[in-house]
Amino acid sequence: MSSFLLQRILQGIVIMAVMSVIVFAGVYAIGNPLEVLIPPEATQDVRARTIARFGLDKSLVEQYFLFISNLFQGDLGQSYIYNEPVLQLIGNRLPATLELVLTAVLGATFIGVPLGIYAGYKPDSVTARTIMAVSILGFSVPTFWVGLILILTFAVSLGWLPSGGRGDTAELFGIDWSIFTLDGWSHLILPATNLALFKLAIMIRLARAGTREVMLSDAVKFARAAGLSETTILSRHVLKLISIPIVTVFGLELASTLAFAVVTETIFSWPGVGKLIIDSIKNLDRPVMVAYLILTAGLFVTINLCVDIGYAVLDPRLRRGRAE
Amino acid sequence: MTTKAVSPWRNLWIRFCEDRIALGALIVVAIILVLALFAPLIAPQDPYDLSGLSLRDARRPPGFVGSGAYVHWLGTDAQGRDLWSAILYGLRVSIQIGIFAGAVGLIIGTTVGILAAYHRGIAETVLMRIIDLQLSFPPILLALVLVAVLGQGKAQLIAALVAAQYAYFARTAFGAASAERSKDYIEAAMATPLSNMRIVFRHILPNAMPALIVVATVQVAYAIALESTLSFLGLGLPVTEPSLGMLISNGVKYMMSGRYWISVYPGIALIVLIVAINLVGDHVRDILNPRLNR
Repeated sequence: MSSFLLQRILQGIVIMAVMSVIVFAGVYAIGNPLEVLIPPEATQDVRARTIARFGLDKSLVEQYFLFISNLFQGDLGQSYIYNEPVLQLIGNRLPATLELVLTAVLGATFIGVPLGIYAGYKPDSVTARTIMAVSILGFSVPTFWVGLILILTFAVSLGWLPSGGRGDTAELFGIDWSIFTLDGWSHLILPATNLALFKLAIMIRLARAGTREVMLSDAVKFARAAGLSETTILSRHVLKLISIPIVTVFGLELASTLAFAVVTETIFSWPGVGKLIIDSIKNLDRPVMVAYLILTAGLFVTINLCVDIGYAVLDPRLRRGRAE
Repeated sequence: MTTKAVSPWRNLWIRFCEDRIALGALIVVAIILVLALFAPLIAPQDPYDLSGLSLRDARRPPGFVGSGAYVHWLGTDAQGRDLWSAILYGLRVSIQIGIFAGAVGLIIGTTVGILAAYHRGIAETVLMRIIDLQLSFPPILLALVLVAVLGQGKAQLIAALVAAQYAYFARTAFGAASAERSKDYIEAAMATPLSNMRIVFRHILPNAMPALIVVATVQVAYAIALESTLSFLGLGLPVTEPSLGMLISNGVKYMMSGRYWISVYPGIALIVLIVAINLVGDHVRDILNPRLNR
């Protein structure tokens, strides 16, 4: 088990190193930040000072090693536009994104898995067919469009919920959270629904496919023969047996939802990291872009690692197999 | 051989027609393609001929009869443009981008996948590692970064879409090709003086084709959705070539004041297109899936 973990951690480090080179080279090699930083009428003196300040006069290799050594000291550079340390800039906005993403993915899982199990348990019922039709829509319809329709329906026409912003926040551990106030929830519910729909569709499909397979297995036959009620079979045995792919997808989707949050945050003016990255792309704010991508890649690697550990915990066969 | 075997393509077509929903979806896709292709003939107005537009017609609701003396069935946008015409032209742009990006992705991805499967060894390990790494990265993020790095424009957008998608083709081609590669007749063919090219094009590629076609339909739909998302975020095509995504984005600020049609109708066109393509792709996948075969 520990050698397996060590191998996985090493693999993660290699991936991170490769990612950092690719991202750095990609973002720094093309495009000229000088056009953004220095007004065309600036004097030669101002130009030279700005170039020296951001280290733009050094070669790419030097810039990269400077970047890496700063990275290990927790310094990801200064934003060209906001004149603030990048880490602080992202850190300030991360809680907003995290609470949005977590609400969406948890909601999608806790609603999607029971729906999927039902659809797999009674695949020919009208309810099951309706559930599957909704999930196809969830797959096909672009996120931004769903967001617009949600705003049009619940904010503009019905006027029940606000169309954007984060609402009142409450402080916990020195960070502002929307999930602790009623007003915050009223702001959170539409963007979270928007973000959750795609994940919901995936969870439904996974749970349904798993349930259909497990229902035919001997385990279920024996459980029935032992006189267990159908509810107990579904909630105790089927759920356990289909949980492995669900945990995998939960982890992977958590990370990809962070990426999709870019779209949702833009539509609902949610002040998270996604909006920051869109703005920095438009302004060619390279330190912010690089830091965001490295952090996202790091998150991917970490989550994948956690999923691997989760497997071992859930599936005793894997645990024993690897100990040998 | 005189007994006439039904060709696999014809068999596919017969089985496809058995499902009414899929057949309906295919008809919808065909109608949309015809509309997009003949947009200049069908549209009552050339939406990008500025001299034909009048601000007096701006933001009129569906059914309004404007200065052109014809009915704007879907209303007009902020520049007084007939929305029906704008949607027809927008469909053209979106479909063009989707098909082009899908085709380039198909060619590049298939080449990479088959190369890896055919040569095995180190090429396989390196290429497939890269592909797997890329598949774990959300395509939208990749496309965002590339658009940011390459700048904006049609070619850059297509490059970003291809980069975000070719990995799916590569994985599919690799899977199909390496299954074929391990069969004895390929080993036998490789022992003969037949050229590698001939073996790949005559034996391996045709066997990988059905799976690739399914991926291609889904990926074209995905490219269209991704392009409209990027255009909606203001990172897609230039303003001179408005796709459906940009039409939707233009209408957002009027939506808040209840002028829903400027965004909603282009959106409906987009959804119908994407859903129809996906339904067709889904059904072809079901037909080709040996596990579901009766």
